Amino acid sequence: MSAAAEIVFDHVTKQYVGRDSAALDDLSLEIPAGTFCVLVGPSGGGKTTALKMVNRLIPFDSGDIRIDGRSVRDLPLTELRRGIGYVIQQVGLFPHVTVGENIATVPRLLGWPKRQIAERTSELLELVGLEQEDAKRYPAQLSGGQRQRVGLARALAADPPLLLMDEPFGALDPITRFRLQTELRRLQHEVEKTVIFVTHDVDEAIRMGDRIAILREGGVLAQYDTPDAILAHPADNFVAQFIGEDRALRRLALKTLRDATLEPGSQSEPGSRVAPDTTVRNAVSLMLESGDEQLVVVDGDQVLGVFHLRDAGDLL
Amino acid sequence: MKGHWGDTLQPALVQHVELTAIAVVIGFAIAFPLALLAHRYRPLEHPIGIFSALLYTIPSLALFQLLIPFTGLTRTTVEVALVSYTLVILFPNITAGLHSTPDEVLEAAQGMGLTRLQVLLRVELPLAVPAIVGGLRVAVVSTVAIATIAAFLLPDGLGYPIVLALKEPTPFKTEIYSAGVLAIAFAIACDLLLVTLRRFLVPWASKGVA
Repeated sequence: MSAAAEIVFDHVTKQYVGRDSAALDDLSLEIPAGTFCVLVGPSGGGKTTALKMVNRLIPFDSGDIRIDGRSVRDLPLTELRRGIGYVIQQVGLFPHVTVGENIATVPRLLGWPKRQIAERTSELLELVGLEQEDAKRYPAQLSGGQRQRVGLARALAADPPLLLMDEPFGALDPITRFRLQTELRRLQHEVEKTVIFVTHDVDEAIRMGDRIAILREGGVLAQYDTPDAILAHPADNFVAQFIGEDRALRRLALKTLRDATLEPGSQSEPGSRVAPDTTVRNAVSLMLESGDEQLVVVDGDQVLGVFHLRDAGDLL
Repeated sequence: MKGHWGDTLQPALVQHVELTAIAVVIGFAIAFPLALLAHRYRPLEHPIGIFSALLYTIPSLALFQLLIPFTGLTRTTVEVALVSYTLVILFPNITAGLHSTPDEVLEAAQGMGLTRLQVLLRVELPLAVPAIVGGLRVAVVSTVAIATIAAFLLPDGLGYPIVLALKEPTPFKTEIYSAGVLAIAFAIACDLLLVTLRRFLVPWASKGVA
């Protein structure tokens, strides 16, 4: 398993000719190895531009981007790109070859032996939640969610230390999107790669990211921090507006009752029973709905404690 | 009737096959590199297209007449004209086929680290096959048709029995019909062959959507 890569943006600037504002304005960012970093912001914020500069699909005017200390300009283009997994919104599977052959693209380019490719393909199909038989099917025969799973498998095929994802779930229905988001997070914890993930959806950013970089229009970095820190202390009005007025509730959605201080209680305590993995936000919602002021947290038959509505604010 | 076949129709058919094959092969050999060039350097596409379209507007008999002073009353004259016509059909079809790769497929291919040549060979060309075969079908069938007119110049191809028959004071209809039917049959056979070839080369097209 390759180690994850550390990515550094060093004062990167890009200006399109004939436009007033820059596409990217002096962007500096450090992404530690193994981080799931989300670039989020409104259109025109430069997030896709920044992403595509890492694999040099878009050139930058000044500054530098380094992967594990090496400038992306130093490596020959094809070698650079074969070492980076790239997933885009419309997926871009090759329609004229099978799923298996799509996945095998980069390994074949790198000259892997056939047996290794077959094994890796099999491994990846399982990893992304597809059936082994799917390898022989053609992209046209798959649903949107399945295609994006193949896209992910294809990007991971040569085991790159870095994954670039450009709004990969944007074209999917909400249910499939939610499912794939969850699976991707699980996967990333397993394989520990560095991921740079672009989205315009704040909720997706907060769900997925270890770190979030908010880029405002004109390619300026507004804030770069963990989701909780951004929600707790938005850097300015723009960020506060962008993440929404309900940021306190969103912060509570990031915490579960395991993080809460519970009062000791017995089986006879009043209140609904909930699991310890319930988010604090959902707990508050339940209490508001029922009119109760407390919930009993249980694990199977065992009572772990009582959670009071008035204590919810302590978690902020 | 048997003698008729051996004397007249069979040689005529063989000649017709030759005429068609040479024209299509040479036409393709010229059109294909031109299309690759036009695909690579987009500004070239328009001029090449216009030039070949101009050729096509010249009626075949007239084109033959224009060439005779240079190439004489030979098969070469006929072939030059036939090749020009196949060019007109094949060039736009091949070019359109090469252009038809979806943008996201190209972006993904580039992003994965395929070289330009690899993108052409592994992605764009295979995806262009349906358009290329489509162009070949039209080119072959129209060449078979136009080649019959060659017989007005020289004793070549399936047009010849027809021309001969028409010269008789009372034209013998069987001659005309049999040569005509053979030409049509030949054209249909070529078309079917190409369709089969396409099904073989394009396995992904026949799979339905999930």
